[in-house]
Amino acid sequence: MSRRQLELHIDFARCDGRGLCTELLPELLVRDDWGYPVGRGGRDVHVPERLSDAAQDAVDLCPLQALMLRRVTRA
Amino acid sequence: MTAMTLDPRQLGTGGLFAAGRPDLAAHEAAYGRRPSGWTRKELLAELDASGLTGRGGAGFPAWRKLAATGSGRAVVIANGAEGEPASRKDATLLREAPHLVLDGLVTVGEAVGASTLFLYATRDSLASVAQALAERRDRPKVKLVEAPEAFISGEASAVVNALETGVALPRDKALRLGTSGYEGRPTLLHNVETLAHLALVARFGASWFRSAGTAEDPGTRLYSLSGDVPTEWVVEAPGGATVRDVLRLGHAEPSSLAAVLVGGFHGAWVPAEAFDLPLTGRGLARYGATPGAGVLMGLARGRCGLESSAGIVRYLAESSARQCGPCMFGLPAMASVIERIAAGERTPWLASEAERLAGLVTGRGACRHPDGSAKFVHSTLAVFRDEVQAHLSGMCTAHRGWA
Ligand code: SF4
Ligand code: SF4
Repeated sequence: MSRRQLELHIDFARCDGRGLCTELLPELLVRDDWGYPVGRGGRDVHVPERLSDAAQDAVDLCPLQALMLRRVTRA
Repeated sequence: MTAMTLDPRQLGTGGLFAAGRPDLAAHEAAYGRRPSGWTRKELLAELDASGLTGRGGAGFPAWRKLAATGSGRAVVIANGAEGEPASRKDATLLREAPHLVLDGLVTVGEAVGASTLFLYATRDSLASVAQALAERRDRPKVKLVEAPEAFISGEASAVVNALETGVALPRDKALRLGTSGYEGRPTLLHNVETLAHLALVARFGASWFRSAGTAEDPGTRLYSLSGDVPTEWVVEAPGGATVRDVLRLGHAEPSSLAAVLVGGFHGAWVPAEAFDLPLTGRGLARYGATPGAGVLMGLARGRCGLESSAGIVRYLAESSARQCGPCMFGLPAMASVIERIAAGERTPWLASEAERLAGLVTGRGACRHPDGSAKFVHSTLAVFRDEVQAHLSGMCTAHRGWA
């Protein structure tokens, strides 16, 4: 069965690892050894519905527009 | 570098190098003229029946890429940028059989109604392609674009970037190539070897293609043989050939080797005891190896696998395009840890630190370079497990103990 889910995509070619998003979304993202966001799923992090607003804030506030929120269908 | 072919009877018409010379007359004498007029639907069905998969690394079924290419002002790209230092097959093919590649490019171009055809390869390869183009009666308009000699220059998004902007750097692939690739147009990108096989499938049909190889791995494949072998060869072998078959074909003595790196620097080590396994994803599943772009790099018995691997991880780290933090910082960190193990540093947690870093960079780049590099590190630690333990306790079998 396939499910629609919300996913936070990180464009690592844009991100500079200053870590604003990890402060806004501590439930989803932690910082790696160099300050870049780490979440389960690498560059496509599953976002539970209850965190969708916080994730949208992170997208809007990321200074480098390195984040994107999208709905995907997963098998 | 010479191209060699296994028994021609196993290769149907004699394989990709049957023309023997790169000119059009030899090409048509060997294979006949290029059949034109394939529609997308017909070609898709024939490719599906043939089982042809991509020969550039990822190994996707060729029909699926065709199916994923949207209609409209489509673009077809022949990718001959190998990047990998140990890969020679695409350059050899473009030098010795350029017309086969052009036939494939023009055939898919017709099938998708492409308005633009590109051939992307390094300077030397482009020279032979330009010569071939000048000879052709069908005068296809193919734009030749030079690829830099860099590891990641052949990555799909780097290719599209190079064609658009002249800079061969990967970019984040939030969009799909098939529907929104080069200048936002539907884009079909194939490795040049895939196109050469496709040209033959279009001529002789799916069942001819399947007359070589196995049901799981039909047709033939090119392999670049390098490392601790007497000569570097490009060999053509039927699908399903074992590691041993391909080594023998390239006049390398399998018993002189401790392991072979299969699939290139983003590939995996296969130890000597597994040389009788077929060079397929399923055959080599235990080692996480796939034929990939067909690189086989030998490691001689008595040489230190960790030292060789450390050199490769350092090379991979230096090949980072330095756009993505986890790749730019993580790969050098990983390389340092493997180097410390190889040098015999007695620090017990180094192996788990290498595993941790490999896990940390996986999936965290705009392209798959960190993933491929991490996969190589996992493979090194698994296949050379005993050597790792020996090194961490101060011994190296190749260097006869520092202990
Ligand atoms: S806020 Fe944006 S630039 Fe900053 S670490 Fe997060 S993704 Fe990267
Ligand atoms: S992952 Fe590495 S090689 Fe790929 S685009 Fe990012 S920095 Fe460049």
